[in-house]
Amino acid sequence: MRTVWRTARLAERHAQTRSGRSLVFTVPGWPGHLPGQHLDVRLTADDGYQAVRSYSLAAPADGDRVELGVQAVPGGEVSPYLADELPVGAAVEMRGPLGNWFVWSGAGDEPVLLVAGGSGVVPLASMVRARRATGSPSAFHLLYSVRGPDELWYREDLLHEDPLLDVRIVYTRRSPQEADREPGRVLPADLRAPTARLEPASPAYVCGPTGFVESVADLLVGLGRDPATVRTERFG
Amino acid sequence: MTSFSPGFRGRARPLADRLPPGQYPTEAFPVLSTGPTPHVPTAAWDLTVTTEHGETRRWTWDGMMELPQQDTVQDLHCVTRWSRFDTRWRGVPLDVFLEDLETAAEHVVVESHGGYTTNLPLADLLGGRAWIAHTYDGHPLAPEHGGPARLLVPHLYLWKSAKWVRALRLTTTNEPGFWESVGYHDYGDPWREQRTWGD
Repeated sequence: MRTVWRTARLAERHAQTRSGRSLVFTVPGWPGHLPGQHLDVRLTADDGYQAVRSYSLAAPADGDRVELGVQAVPGGEVSPYLADELPVGAAVEMRGPLGNWFVWSGAGDEPVLLVAGGSGVVPLASMVRARRATGSPSAFHLLYSVRGPDELWYREDLLHEDPLLDVRIVYTRRSPQEADREPGRVLPADLRAPTARLEPASPAYVCGPTGFVESVADLLVGLGRDPATVRTERFG
Repeated sequence: MTSFSPGFRGRARPLADRLPPGQYPTEAFPVLSTGPTPHVPTAAWDLTVTTEHGETRRWTWDGMMELPQQDTVQDLHCVTRWSRFDTRWRGVPLDVFLEDLETAAEHVVVESHGGYTTNLPLADLLGGRAWIAHTYDGHPLAPEHGGPARLLVPHLYLWKSAKWVRALRLTTTNEPGFWESVGYHDYGDPWREQRTWGD
């Protein structure tokens, strides 16, 4: 496996939240990827200076079409440029796919637990979309923690009526009126119902900021999940 | 004028002699691991070193703390592209654990609590270039950073510095570890940008 840099042209940009963007690129020669994988994006300034960052793929493989989720980090060197400055039709370079661990293979039929914190939902959305596209019989249980209702990514995919996708949203700062729980961090009670529907070998995928992932992974082990079935990916 | 990323300027150009290619400097200490953090009490901690003949040495936590300690200041380079300068560690050089072993092995498999493994050439653990580190910035190493003790091999990408280390197994053949088996480079020299297979 030789991973090369490929030219990636920005085809579409959509706002997901105030600072979260979906970017769709056309990448000739893209070799495909598995749900949950990420890639490297390389930017080059006029003087030759280059900066590289990793971003999660937000959708399953689809020819040379590659969708990323980019959260603009205030003061960040790369993410604000990608989120708001790179013109549609302009190119960056990409290398990947990367990461062969935080992936859903789609091989089994056991239920799957997904736990997302903020923009950590991006690689999990790729898994949700892949399950729907392949017609896998696995039931997906998604617990999605966001600060407030305006921070939800992928509303159409995640709030779409689907008997095999059960989504529970935990608001940490501001709840909508219809919420059945006070705002606050994910607690054991939030995980009890989705974990009760898992099988012993069911995988759990946890992605989000470090503190969130640490806390949720510990809670899952405390609820009796085998640590070997809990896969984590963190940022920040 | 480049054909890529028009209008991208980037930050002030960092210290070129300390930043390996493709890395960016960070003040943070990001956490990367594949699963839940193992919580290993020091009373239950031990380290074993096993040769290809089955000769085994074992140290308890107290036994390790009685060995000669060393303070070291190191730059860390993670394959996810961040580098952190001047990190302060205290630990025991690997030379102390490996000295006078009867072995013809040239490879080591490092095994951690939680099932993680990584492989290195034995030579890279010798010569004062690798430690079992238990203290970071003057405090006991936090579990999410590999506490109570982790391997520290700062001249290679940080996935080689296995967290929650519990055993070193000397082998005569090279046995790829966790990341090395799924696409990451066997050696992982940040200055040669050995990130993935084929680099």
